[in-house]
Amino acid sequence: MAEITLSINNVNITVPQGTTVLEAAGQAGVFIPTFCHDPELTNFGACRMCVVEIEGLRSLSASCVTNATEGMVVHTDSPAVQEARKTILELLLANHPLDCLTCGRSGDCRLQDYAYLYGVKTGSFEGERHSYPLEDDNPFIVRDLNKCILCGKCVRACAEIQGNSILDFAYRGFDVKVAPAMDVSLKASDCVFCGNCVAMCPVGALQEKGLRSAAPTWEVRKVKTTCPYCGTGCSFELNVKGNKVVGVTSCDGDVNGRTLCVKGRFGYGFIHHPDRLTTPLIKKNGVFKEASWEEAIKLVAQKLGRIKAKHSSDALAVLSSARCTNEENYLLQKFTRAVLGTNNIDHCARL
Amino acid sequence: MGHLNKLRARFTRHYKDKFNRGRIVVGLGTCGFAAGGDQVLEAIRQETGIRNLDVDIDFTSCIGMCYKEPMVEISLPGMARVIYGDMTPDKVPALLESHIINKHLLKEWAVMQITEEGATLYENIVKMEDNPFFSKQLRTVTSRLGRTNPESISDYVATGGYLALDTALSMQRQDIIEEIKKSGLRGRGGGGFPTGMKWDFVSQAEGAKKYVVCNADEGDPGAFMDRSVLEGDPHAVLEGMAICGYAVGADEGYIYVRAEYPLAIKRLQTAIVRAEEYGLLGKNILGRGFNFKLMIKAGAGAFVCGEETALLTSIEGNRGMPRVRPPFPANRGLWGKPTNLNNVETYANVPFVINRGSDWYASMGTKKSKGSKVFCLTGKINNTGLIEVPMGISLREIIFSIGGGVQNGKKLKAVQIGGPSGGCICEEDLDLPVDYDSLSAAGAMMGSGGLVVLDETTCMVDIARFFLSFTQTESCGKCTPCREGTKRMLEILTRICSGAGKMEDLADLERLGRVMKNTALCGLGQTCANPILSTMRYFKEEYLAHIQDLFCPAGACRALLIYQIDTANCKGCGKCAKICPAGAIRGEKNTPHVIDLEKCIKCGACLTECSFEAIKNDAALSWNKRPNTRRSA
Ligand SMILES: Cc1cc2nc3c(=O)[nH]c(=O)nc-3n(C[C@H](O)[C@H](O)[C@H](O)COP(=O)(O)O)c2cc1C
Repeated sequence: MAEITLSINNVNITVPQGTTVLEAAGQAGVFIPTFCHDPELTNFGACRMCVVEIEGLRSLSASCVTNATEGMVVHTDSPAVQEARKTILELLLANHPLDCLTCGRSGDCRLQDYAYLYGVKTGSFEGERHSYPLEDDNPFIVRDLNKCILCGKCVRACAEIQGNSILDFAYRGFDVKVAPAMDVSLKASDCVFCGNCVAMCPVGALQEKGLRSAAPTWEVRKVKTTCPYCGTGCSFELNVKGNKVVGVTSCDGDVNGRTLCVKGRFGYGFIHHPDRLTTPLIKKNGVFKEASWEEAIKLVAQKLGRIKAKHSSDALAVLSSARCTNEENYLLQKFTRAVLGTNNIDHCARL
Repeated sequence: MGHLNKLRARFTRHYKDKFNRGRIVVGLGTCGFAAGGDQVLEAIRQETGIRNLDVDIDFTSCIGMCYKEPMVEISLPGMARVIYGDMTPDKVPALLESHIINKHLLKEWAVMQITEEGATLYENIVKMEDNPFFSKQLRTVTSRLGRTNPESISDYVATGGYLALDTALSMQRQDIIEEIKKSGLRGRGGGGFPTGMKWDFVSQAEGAKKYVVCNADEGDPGAFMDRSVLEGDPHAVLEGMAICGYAVGADEGYIYVRAEYPLAIKRLQTAIVRAEEYGLLGKNILGRGFNFKLMIKAGAGAFVCGEETALLTSIEGNRGMPRVRPPFPANRGLWGKPTNLNNVETYANVPFVINRGSDWYASMGTKKSKGSKVFCLTGKINNTGLIEVPMGISLREIIFSIGGGVQNGKKLKAVQIGGPSGGCICEEDLDLPVDYDSLSAAGAMMGSGGLVVLDETTCMVDIARFFLSFTQTESCGKCTPCREGTKRMLEILTRICSGAGKMEDLADLERLGRVMKNTALCGLGQTCANPILSTMRYFKEEYLAHIQDLFCPAGACRALLIYQIDTANCKGCGKCAKICPAGAIRGEKNTPHVIDLEKCIKCGACLTECSFEAIKNDAALSWNKRPNTRRSA
């Protein structure tokens, strides 16, 4: 592939043709802040935080949607860029509830990070702020549109990753907001609550209901693991406070990126549920009694062996679970055919 | 050439025949309808019926003199066509009695006469070309307006229509593009991009499927050029688009018209159907193997949908929000295909360029701005209406010669040109030539052609506030600086107008304006600070007066007015005290009353109530009350 060389902050860097200025800067180790850009989503070019100065152009350019060209001279920190970024932050803060003390995303919020980075104080522009009612009428996601900075990542995540297109922009001017069709709540829409929008939200507008009320961001430990729900093998991070799992967040999984489904992201309640079985149970005299694994497996083996001897292998059938991994399902099928001696093996997944 | 020649012969005969009979034509553009033209038409139908007059009744579009609507044209065989203005149904009997029955021109109501070949002129009435409203105009794309029936393809063909398409279809595609390039035609939608160059880009763009799109969104407040052209000469736009389609290699096109233009949409629809019927659009045009299908897309009336990428997104069925450029529509436009997008007026110019040649076109105008431009005169001007002038004419000529000067003999303060992206030109700069470059240099812009005259009673801060309230509500909200910046600029201006401005506000406005120009995604955000920056440039004093003296020199900002009672005139009748909703007026019966300025809410109720002209609220009064009290910054 053809390569081009450009200069970023007076350092030359060579990148493949078709690389954006933002990507090139990343490769050169130069930080450029972004709100609306995400490598997994189409380029939107809306928040304008990533503007840079390119010599020879009249205005600043959004680096996320500008392709690097041969000989381009880019400055990512010129006075004009500084002024633009600070002003954009001031504008966003002028219409943002400054409740970082109690916000569930405090400590993991780009607006907060950049305000700190650029030393932007609040109160530059006094005026109207939004006062939308909090939407928390569903069990999974809390939507606080007062915190929304309209970067549109949720809109694109829903359309491009989940393929559901529940969200879009609505209204005009200062009244623009992200909403499902007819501006109903998520609960009243066709939302499947996969929460992929939540994973993309750079601020506290979309939050995981359970997680964010359980612990501030800095109190949780993140433990990367594989989702137990199905054989896809999605990775995610368990958010652990003390010894308790308080929620699930996306990480960059090899299989799934940051995508999860409603079960993986929100269905962690079973972990600490009092009804959860933690040892095998064997029914004795009509009552379940706790047993050891050895005891239980032995019992099952005995019974299977007895049926096979008495009624032949084909009297047995095995149904496996979609919650098992492919490897586990393979093993079960092997066990059924080779050990039990029957082809009566099936699986619960149906299309 | 056979097919069109036959049509031309037939339609020209029709057209000539029209003038061999008595004819009454009513102006029915949107302005004509709004002024009651349809009622006048109805009255004419009734009256001719009652009197059994053997005349034809027809309609046309607006000739441009919106201020004279409803207009009626009457012609008798062999005589010039006479145009009457300010018609009402009541005037119809007298008019017909005089002009048709007695063959006597009714001078009192007549505006001008139009000559047709071989017609006898009336003596005591000015010819159209000598009428001051028209004498300095140069009518190209507006030449058929008010003169032909816009729903008649026969009128169009008889007046030279589709000849250019016929010519173009026998030319090499590239030669057409060169011809447009040589003419110097630049986009009339505001940006002034060279049209031929754009066509060339599209023609060279890779892809078998290409589109031609016409921008008829026209969202600027006070602008109605495109509507008038669509209502008055829809075929010219279709013909221009078809020529473009052939030149760039497109076989489909869309016209994006706002739904608030129902008459324009109707006339376009009629025109498309007729043109297809006669083989001038659709399959195998003029038997020459070129296919070109045109569709109309009615937009929901959002200003931002006039921005080309937002317009394309809207045609695709999505929310009309601008996309990042590049890629430009010429390379990746409608549904990702190379697309040529031009304004209504741009396309309407094309047949004229092809018919009369690029040299002719380039001979009009200035060095870098060729041809003529349509403008809408609105605001405090005597002759509100639609004009077409050669590029390079001065604003002074437009306003004073054509527009008849400022209403009520008031003093001209500034001209707002270019709409929400434009700026103000003040009195001293009125001699600037109207062309793309001079206007930009002066901090305004050509824009699409809205020209709003402001007089001494207009407050420049308030005007900036008006445009910002427009751009704020029309911002699509996609990019941060535009969505949030317009809101804060509007709030600052509103504050200044209400007397709560601070000196820092001026710096904030300048900074916001600069950042938005530098960072906004589309032209809306990049230019929306222009009305503020240009008024701050020419009328800084006015901003300072509002902020430091709590004084609006134009007397327009209500919150800054001071209401006082002139003791010499006050009879102490008590009516004002009774009507005052704030209980701010006191006084003994039969002795002069006083207004408590602390309590006064400046609603103006007392002023309207007083029968003795004792209540004053003019700005000068408050000014005199506080000489040299400018608060320190
Ligand atoms: C906010 C905004 C509104 C616009 N509105 C219009 C419009 O109403 N009509 C128009 O022709 N062009 C409008 N334009 C300009 C178009 O984007 C485009 O440049 C033009 O239609 C191209 O045609 P032209 O080259 O024939 O001028 C607008 C641009 C912006 C940024």
